[in-house]
Amino acid sequence: MADSTHCVKLIESFVDSSSTPAQQAASIDAIAALVKNDMLTLESLVREMAMYLTTTDSFLRARGTLLLGELLACLASKPLESETVLSLIGFFTERLADWKALHGALIGCLALLRRKGNVGVVSSSKALAVAQSYLQNVQVQSLRQSDRKLCFELLGCLLERYPDDIVHLDDVLIPGICESIDGEKDPECLMLAFHIVEVLVHLYPDPTGPLASFATDLFENLSCYFPIHFTHPKGEDIDVKKEELSRTLMVAFASTPLFEPFAIPLLLEKLSSSLPLAKVESLKYLSYCSDKYGAARMAKHVKVIWSALKDIIYTSPESVLLLESEIVDGMSFQESHTVTEALILLQKVFCQNSDLLIDLIVIDEDIKKTVDSIYQFKEYTGIPLADKQRLHAVGSILYFSAKSSIGSCNRVFEAFFPCLINALGISAENSVALLSSPCNFGATYLCVELLAGCRALVVRTKGNATSNVIVQEAWCDILCTYSTSLTKLFSFTLITGVDGSTQNACLHSGVKGLQILATFPGDFSPISKSVYESILLKLISVVTGNCKDAFLWKLALKALVEVGSFVDKSEDTEKAQSFNAIVVDKIASFMLCDDLSMPLPLKLEIISSIGTTGLSYMQKFLQGLECSLLASLSGVYVRGDPENLEIATSLLECYSCDVLPWFDSIGGQEEVQFHFALTIWGQIGNILSFCASSQEQKLLSAAMTAMQYAVGRCLAENQTVIIDRAFGILLSTTSLPINDLMDEITSVKVEGYKSNDDLGCMSCREKWIISLFASVVAALRPQAHIANVKVILRLFLTTQLSGHVPSAQALGSIINKLPVKVENMDASNVFSLEDAIDLIFSSRVWSLCNEGPTNCSVARNNNETSIRNNLLIQSHAIEGLAWIGKGLLMRGHEKVKDLIVTLLSCLLSNHSEGSLPCTEQEFLCVMRSAADAFHILVSDSEACLNKRLHATIRPLYKQRLFSIVLPIILSLISKADSSIQRAMLYRAFANVVSGTPLSAVLSEAKKLIPILVDSLFVLSEDILNKDIVYCILLVLSGIMTDKKRSEVVEENAHIIVRRLIALMSYPHMMVIRETAIQCLTAMSELPHARIYPMRTQVLLSLLKTLDDPKRAVRLEAVKCRQACVSYMEFIYPQLPRVHIAIQSRHI
Amino acid sequence: MVAGLINANPIVYEKKERRPRTGSVVLEDEYAVESIDHMVVFSLTFLHHIRDIKDPEHPYSLEDLKVITEDAIEVDDKRSYVRVTFTPTVEHCSMATVIGLCLRVKLMRSLPSRYKVDIRVAPGTHATEAAVNKQLNDKERVAAALENPNLVDMVDDCLAPSFE
Repeated sequence: MADSTHCVKLIESFVDSSSTPAQQAASIDAIAALVKNDMLTLESLVREMAMYLTTTDSFLRARGTLLLGELLACLASKPLESETVLSLIGFFTERLADWKALHGALIGCLALLRRKGNVGVVSSSKALAVAQSYLQNVQVQSLRQSDRKLCFELLGCLLERYPDDIVHLDDVLIPGICESIDGEKDPECLMLAFHIVEVLVHLYPDPTGPLASFATDLFENLSCYFPIHFTHPKGEDIDVKKEELSRTLMVAFASTPLFEPFAIPLLLEKLSSSLPLAKVESLKYLSYCSDKYGAARMAKHVKVIWSALKDIIYTSPESVLLLESEIVDGMSFQESHTVTEALILLQKVFCQNSDLLIDLIVIDEDIKKTVDSIYQFKEYTGIPLADKQRLHAVGSILYFSAKSSIGSCNRVFEAFFPCLINALGISAENSVALLSSPCNFGATYLCVELLAGCRALVVRTKGNATSNVIVQEAWCDILCTYSTSLTKLFSFTLITGVDGSTQNACLHSGVKGLQILATFPGDFSPISKSVYESILLKLISVVTGNCKDAFLWKLALKALVEVGSFVDKSEDTEKAQSFNAIVVDKIASFMLCDDLSMPLPLKLEIISSIGTTGLSYMQKFLQGLECSLLASLSGVYVRGDPENLEIATSLLECYSCDVLPWFDSIGGQEEVQFHFALTIWGQIGNILSFCASSQEQKLLSAAMTAMQYAVGRCLAENQTVIIDRAFGILLSTTSLPINDLMDEITSVKVEGYKSNDDLGCMSCREKWIISLFASVVAALRPQAHIANVKVILRLFLTTQLSGHVPSAQALGSIINKLPVKVENMDASNVFSLEDAIDLIFSSRVWSLCNEGPTNCSVARNNNETSIRNNLLIQSHAIEGLAWIGKGLLMRGHEKVKDLIVTLLSCLLSNHSEGSLPCTEQEFLCVMRSAADAFHILVSDSEACLNKRLHATIRPLYKQRLFSIVLPIILSLISKADSSIQRAMLYRAFANVVSGTPLSAVLSEAKKLIPILVDSLFVLSEDILNKDIVYCILLVLSGIMTDKKRSEVVEENAHIIVRRLIALMSYPHMMVIRETAIQCLTAMSELPHARIYPMRTQVLLSLLKTLDDPKRAVRLEAVKCRQACVSYMEFIYPQLPRVHIAIQSRHI
Repeated sequence: MVAGLINANPIVYEKKERRPRTGSVVLEDEYAVESIDHMVVFSLTFLHHIRDIKDPEHPYSLEDLKVITEDAIEVDDKRSYVRVTFTPTVEHCSMATVIGLCLRVKLMRSLPSRYKVDIRVAPGTHATEAAVNKQLNDKERVAAALENPNLVDMVDDCLAPSFE
């Protein structure tokens, strides 16, 4: 047991008015901990507190009660004896009458009533007593906000947890609740209050019960909050959002049908308000409430609701404003929020009282007038704005009428369809007379909307097995009778489009109509097979023949895509056959023939949009695509044809951007990728001599991308097949020294000789084969088996020396994915990572990098060209080594350290001694490629070694490199003796730092800042380094904006500012100047003592920058200047004079 | 300072739409001068400087009240000369000098120092037009005004939104 003095001290510290809130909270926690651990019983605590709970000093009493209440809230899960609970709830119930201690009493009651399960709960009779005391004693609206909130919480808790007991209090409960809500204005309290009403209503489900007599009062309390409108200024933080509050009120409104006589008239009244907000809210509430009140109660309001809705849909002021932007997409209006909600409500009413509503619609004067005057709306452009809007409104009403039920569909068809048909000039089946005059736009539009509604109805009822019933319906008969003529009419609108006499809106309606007729689902279709086929023929003829009218072409293609995906989903085999025969075959054959009437990009768009609607279609197109790809490729290989070059390039791009990714996305189609890769290899294997072409590089890279994508998606075993096949072709290429590479002895010789040649010596075919082979290798999965790794490695080592980058990337990829040596493996046929590393480290690439340019063996006794050549090869070797290093680094191999040391030694290779006939520039080239090798190591590459191409990636590998390289470079920089070496070291450093994630850099900020600033100085001297300078500046600004490192920045403020000022006038790159000024602006927030000495200098150089040629820089300069000036004026009021003095010299 | 507002009910006009900067940064030639002699573009730039200045009396910008319009600014970059003509909202507006001072300080802080800035009240829009013009273009008096902490506070207050 805890000793009582400690306990008393804790109590006193809480009750004491002079202690801080933190101390009070601490003492509560301490007491709660004592009770929880059974060091103190509640009884003894209450005994200790007796004085505080009963004293006449109302402040102490209030604090004491609060202490007990809050303590109980902390002990929600602590089991308590039932007697304890009983006496405590008795106490708090009594205290509810004591308004001075009410806060604590409310908290205590709430804590006790909320207790759950077997930890000791309040009995129902006691809960009833709480409710009675509450209703009798608490005047909710006279309390402050926090207490009101507690009151509502208490009420809610009573209603939810003790409904069966509370329910008997009806004659006091409902008026009591009405009274406590009346006049409430706080959003949080209102949320609770609305919820209470909802729960309360559910307590009395009987419509004739006690609630009925109070419904008026209760609703009166709710109604004054509608529509929810916040008067708070925006800045004030309120936890409750307007939408949430509005939703809760809506639920309360709809909680009982008893509210219906009051709610609906109120909502209808607000609907006629001029406030858009009130309109939208009323519509939302009406939709929700009509669901809850039920069809019978709503029936009497249908007429009023309809007339209100019609007004909104007919004359919505908002949609008038947006009207003119519609031309692009035919007659579709951008609907305002109000209209959208109105249409939702219309649907609701249709669901409930479809017959009543359709009666009203059919006899509606306005609709009738619009439909009757449809003759006037012949041409889209001739229709006045208001009429367009009216047309649109009637269209949507017809659509929803047809969609809602079979009965209303019949009625609306009977009422309006004949009139429309007359306006269109169709009198009977197969009437052809109409083709002489242009069709009536208004009638076409309404017709299409009506048809769309019918289609939606059929789709909706399809699951209910009523399709047989539909066929016998009246509207169905009418539609079937006219379907053929309608189809003709719609097709006709497309024909007139050719001579430009029809507007886009007309075309839109026509195409939409055709699409709807063609996609009636299931067994039910108003059109026969031949009509269906004629629709498809019409659309396909537009797509394949008429690419001059881009709008129509796009519409028709979109319609075909819709029809295609519909056919693909439905089980209708007859339609599928027709679609296949007419559309798919036509497009496939279209691809095969060398028809130049349509540009290739359009053809490819057709394929990628229609093909993606169904697997079988795409497979069919694939043959066509493949044929034309092979044909165009062979055209390029054999004749060097520039036309074919372009075709092949765009075909390959289509493969790698659209077709292959689509097959990938539907899954289970690896065969396609596999087949594609093999086909390309097969063709290359067959054609033995290539014709060199000047611009084939673009084609080659497109081919490599497609090949890489295809191989990357294949399964491992298929990849093995591809690589074997490719290797076979590689072997058969006699011009490549593969056979020599097979042999251990000759291979060294070959490496030596071959590498002296540059890329130009490789024949075109060799180059293709090597490049494609490299892209296959780069895309392999680690599980794929490569048969001749050793030979392949040697080959790539040779080719990459001639500057072939894909070879170097493939090398890195092999090294990244090779398996590690396992002890009990049969060593003879498995080539492990260790073997590969040995091979590389004994190769010429490695020795070239290690021997430095001055002491290479050739240098002494050979002429100038061969030395120059040698230097070139050396820089290629360094690049190759960088890719190999990247592979090693990403898998986290230790050897990467040796490699980094080698790269750094290349970077430092001293050229000054010896009198070689080469210029300094050429040595610099080698050093620079060594420095840039670090960029390769640390940056992400799209072409290889990424997740898509299955690279082995250890987490945090960039951070690892950073921690390896940083200490070495830092010590080398301090030791470096020539300026060139320093510059190169800084370059390497910059590459590493800018590629490393900022969080890693930040942890080393202290060490880095001086070096970063120095490197900015050194690198900004050479214009070629501008991108690197920008990267470093970004790193620096990253460090500066990190709040935690501000003391590091502070320490180095003077050197940073000096450097930034210099960069402010960096002439070669605008963003550098801009960023430098932004950094300076950020620096102005540093402590004044640090910045003050630099002030004049900064301001003066800013004066110059205000005259910068670039606008963005000038704007930044103004901002920076303002930041500097205002800050300094704040500290030193006399400063403006100095500052003005500087300026007024120039006025 | 002043007991009542000089113009209690100013007319607030609709703002002209701001033209976005043309051309993306990437495509631009690094060394091309975004020419200061290109009158329209550069006067717009100036507008970006002064159009956001707040009115001393009301929470509106000078542009809202049409005190400053795009046409009221003349720029000659070659001769390093700017002239701003502003229109006070009422004829006897005692805020005219403060507005003018705001304009001058803003331009001083935003323009290269080679510029000569000339600030005038539009002819016929102010009762003491000549006096105001003289006061605004007298560099000693401007300097003296800026040594008055109250005035500097007021000016800074007006300029604050234009730097955002």
